[in-house]
Amino acid sequence: MLKRVHFGPSVLPFLLVGPQILITLIFFIWPASQALYQSVLIEDAFGLSSEFVWFDNFIELFEDVGYWESVGRTFFFSSLVAALSMSAALILAAMADRIIKVVLAYQTLLIWPYAVAPVVAGALWMFLFDPTLGIVAYTLDMFGYDWNHKLNGNEAMTLVVFAASWKMVSYNFLFFVAGMQSIPKSLIEAAAIDGAGPLRRFTSIIFPLLSPTTFFLLVMNVVYAFFDTFGIVHAVTKGGPARATEILVYKVYNDGFIGLDLGGSAAQSVILMMIVIALTVVQFRYVEKKVAY
Amino acid sequence: MVENRPYVTFMAHAVLIFGVIIVALPIWVTFVAATHDELRMTQIPLPLLPGGHFFENLNEVLFEGVGSRGSPVGMMLLNSLIMALLIAVGKISISLLSAFAIVYFRFPFRMGFFWLIFITLMLPVEVRILPTFAVVADLGLLDSYMGLSLPLIASATATFLFRQVFLGVPDELLEAARIDGAGPMRFFWDILLPITRTNIAALFVILFIYGWNQYLWPLLITTDQSMYTVVMAIKQLLEAAEETPQWHLIMMTTLLAMAPPIAVVVGMQKLFVKGLTETEK
Repeated sequence: MLKRVHFGPSVLPFLLVGPQILITLIFFIWPASQALYQSVLIEDAFGLSSEFVWFDNFIELFEDVGYWESVGRTFFFSSLVAALSMSAALILAAMADRIIKVVLAYQTLLIWPYAVAPVVAGALWMFLFDPTLGIVAYTLDMFGYDWNHKLNGNEAMTLVVFAASWKMVSYNFLFFVAGMQSIPKSLIEAAAIDGAGPLRRFTSIIFPLLSPTTFFLLVMNVVYAFFDTFGIVHAVTKGGPARATEILVYKVYNDGFIGLDLGGSAAQSVILMMIVIALTVVQFRYVEKKVAY
Repeated sequence: MVENRPYVTFMAHAVLIFGVIIVALPIWVTFVAATHDELRMTQIPLPLLPGGHFFENLNEVLFEGVGSRGSPVGMMLLNSLIMALLIAVGKISISLLSAFAIVYFRFPFRMGFFWLIFITLMLPVEVRILPTFAVVADLGLLDSYMGLSLPLIASATATFLFRQVFLGVPDELLEAARIDGAGPMRFFWDILLPITRTNIAALFVILFIYGWNQYLWPLLITTDQSMYTVVMAIKQLLEAAEETPQWHLIMMTTLLAMAPPIAVVVGMQKLFVKGLTETEK
């Protein structure tokens, strides 16, 4: 951690870490402790009085059917996003791995969505699927399917999943390609000499050896789907119709800023923080055990 | 390639081209919509090939904005640029300094500071919005560039990255610098910074995109139209579209909102990939 050759104690190092520590304390530690504190209070809507209620906010939250529905929805949403974007990226990466010569050209064309903000991604997909004008909705209509994500909850969920997965394909693609290129060519060649075709080599050699990358990406995709998709939901569906797309991070915002239920929203924040901490720990344990070949 | 199988290679190209089409379709449709006039954008089916109104729309959006109450997008682009640069430069500067202190100095509470920074990794802004908003409001930073950027500036990821880079720097460099009489800051400025140049550039690319794409935070703390960023404006345009669908202008704004980060990613692809793979490990 510390360099063998280093500088001795003085005021300088304190000045150097100062800015970061100050910002961390003011904008991270203090607000987070406030969230913890508020989660055990009940405040009236005008903020005039508050009462200490122990874990009542949490109990209320756990007894709320709506909260559990949102939890279930979030897990459903995250698994769909992770499955869709990872499998699409894996297929594309496996194909790109065959034609190394032009992989860079395809890569250039596939990384764009990473740069697009979630809310903008939402706007793009919303425009494609707009019930009255959208090109995809129009095409579906020609086939006799009446698309309207503003009324149909399942269709709203589908649309949000598409937009969220689309954005993540670039990221997954880059990591899968890097993972595949670090697999020794001798293994692939040996399998080919033994008579294994491309599909067999993929299922028996490439995919198993990719498992560290796959696991890492699974964690990253879940984190993304849990926290970074707020913009998509907010722009495209506002959690609706009838809460069909109200995932946890949207509910925190909605209950706190719109519903003004400060205690309840803070309790939800605390639970989300615990989820992040758990995911971070999982990710770090992965880093330690990273398989090298 | 291990063996020559033309059919499989052909299929690989076909699948990749299909993937590229799916990935590019939303962006293409947006671009096309931005090149037509209002009338054409209300006729079903919508066009799939560009029209001739691109510069007209660009001009209207940049200097007048969308709708009667809209503010000029040119100004929002400037706000977004300032915010993104402040976040990227701010994060890199404070992380470089703190990583330097933690790796190169022995001082009390060194590990305590390190863990304090580590904790921020676990607290994304989305889960602590209400209290952070309260802090920024108390400090009088609403509707200001400082309020937009400061709360997003502390970053454990960047500090970790630089810590890792510094740990890989040979000890001999510091010994040599000392023999030549260089103090800590001289060593930092003349030796450490130049050798971490590519790492800094790679991280800058990632952080610029991160800053530019901020949505929830600007949405909460800006009420003054002159402080709006272009990404947060998209939402209001979509809402306005329910009443008066000016899709040609909305899609032009959307195009402008994603053009700068896309240009950065495609133009600095090598640095981008380096930054992405380094920050996540």
